[in-house]
Amino acid sequence: MKIPAFSYHRPESLDEALGLLRDHGDDAKVLAGGQSLLPIMALRLGRPEHLIDIGRLPGLASITVDGRGKVIIGALVRHAAAEGSTDIAGHAPLVSEALPHVGHTAIRTRGTVCGSIAHADPAAELPAVALATDAIMVAESSDGVRHIRASDFFEGYLQTALRPDELLTEVRFPPWPDNTGAAVSEVSRRHGDFAMMGVACTISVADEITAAALSFFGADSIPIRATEAEQSLVGRQPDGDAFDDAAKIVMSTLQPGADLHASAAHRRHLAGVVTRRALAEATSRIGAMA
Amino acid sequence: MTLAGDTLTISVTVNGETTELTVETRRMLSDVIRDDLGLTGTHLGCEHGVCGACTILLDGRPARSCLMLAAQADGSEITTIEGLASTDGTMHPVQQAMHDSHGFQCAFCASGFMLTTVALLAAEPKPSRERIRRELSGNLCRCTGYQSIIDGVETAVALIDTEGSDR
Ligand SMILES: Cc1cc2nc3c(=O)[nH]c(=O)nc-3n(C[C@H](O)[C@H](O)[C@H](O)COP(=O)(O)OP(=O)(O)OC[C@H]3O[C@@H](n4cnc5c(N)ncnc54)[C@H](O)[C@@H]3O)c2cc1C
Repeated sequence: MKIPAFSYHRPESLDEALGLLRDHGDDAKVLAGGQSLLPIMALRLGRPEHLIDIGRLPGLASITVDGRGKVIIGALVRHAAAEGSTDIAGHAPLVSEALPHVGHTAIRTRGTVCGSIAHADPAAELPAVALATDAIMVAESSDGVRHIRASDFFEGYLQTALRPDELLTEVRFPPWPDNTGAAVSEVSRRHGDFAMMGVACTISVADEITAAALSFFGADSIPIRATEAEQSLVGRQPDGDAFDDAAKIVMSTLQPGADLHASAAHRRHLAGVVTRRALAEATSRIGAMA
Repeated sequence: MTLAGDTLTISVTVNGETTELTVETRRMLSDVIRDDLGLTGTHLGCEHGVCGACTILLDGRPARSCLMLAAQADGSEITTIEGLASTDGTMHPVQQAMHDSHGFQCAFCASGFMLTTVALLAAEPKPSRERIRRELSGNLCRCTGYQSIIDGVETAVALIDTEGSDR
């Protein structure tokens, strides 16, 4: 279908954009890459009265690494630009691992990293990556700036801690720890489809496993960490036994739902599969990244 | 200053020609390409980004023209299927290869597949069959079962290689 009518605004500065959000917040939507918002409107699942196109705002399209190794990705960084960034590959490798799984090349031409996080689709890769790496979301409004931790950011199905008058101006990924590998493993019907089950995983090893993150997408109404399974890995050797045990815990603690694409039992099975695959892959990449 | 209103005058370069158009801000780029510019080779299937029939090249990269407001395309360079052949009518190697290997049947999906292929081969002149499959996974065909299309891409790779030109 053609999208429902709306008032279009194309601000030229961040202040103008924040002013528009203050005035129209509840009835407005930010338009970034449009790769989620426009399909929603075409399917008439959403009818915002105002669209605030942030596509021309200056200064938001940059990827920077600060002196400590923190990676800052601005609101207008497209998936495609992030995918090709050696800074991200070197300092936030879990993001690089996730991007090829996000839709198709044509979607990544337009879609933005921040848009994906703000949209908070529970089956999307990047929200789970943000949760796995303890990323910080920077939210700006005409009232000021808030820094929101990933663990506080995702509140429900397509619901985040962002207020209607706030713009997500950047996402910050903390410095990548030493001896840490990253992997994203997922199962979907076709390459580029949303995952039936997937996990964004990091593992740190020094003699033994010192830390692990298992952040699932397609498993619940928000991205979700399997903390019990993560803790079970600490102090063990990074081998098949440890990974099997973690997978068993994942399968008994996650409570995935059922839909057209997969039953709950099938999803639980897949959760075990992707856990084992991701842990092995992430372990094999330790040292290969920095 | 914030631009706002029901219409917007945009400037786009389509297949090498720069035009100014006044468009309703609500309209999609795909509709403007088809209805205002008369370039009906860009097809509309699902109109929500899934089928890939409306794929164009936006500043050289594949993009869904049904998932972009025409207003968002202001200032960009667009290639549609009509822009692939040379002005003398010689087909682009990707078009020639698809023709030679009977890549398509009804061909409703053809423009999207060929533009996606052109972008793939520009980035990666000799992709593996697996890579081709991956890259074309965002384009749907309901006739062929895809084998002939992937054969066509491989034919294009060979054709470009022997011609020594990728235009
Ligand atoms: C065919 C298809 C397949 C896809 N497959 C996948 C997939 O496998 N995995 C995946 O993760 N995604 C997938 N996507 C979605 C894609 O990744 C989107 O690009 C992304 O979810 C949204 O980014 P965007 O910039 O396009 O945001 P938009 O569509 O512009 O916006 C999405 C939502 O976020 C809000 N928003 C956007 N930016 C901001 C901001 N800076 N501040 C505040 N709010 C903001 C908007 O108001 C809107 O509510 C797919 C999309 C399509 C069409």
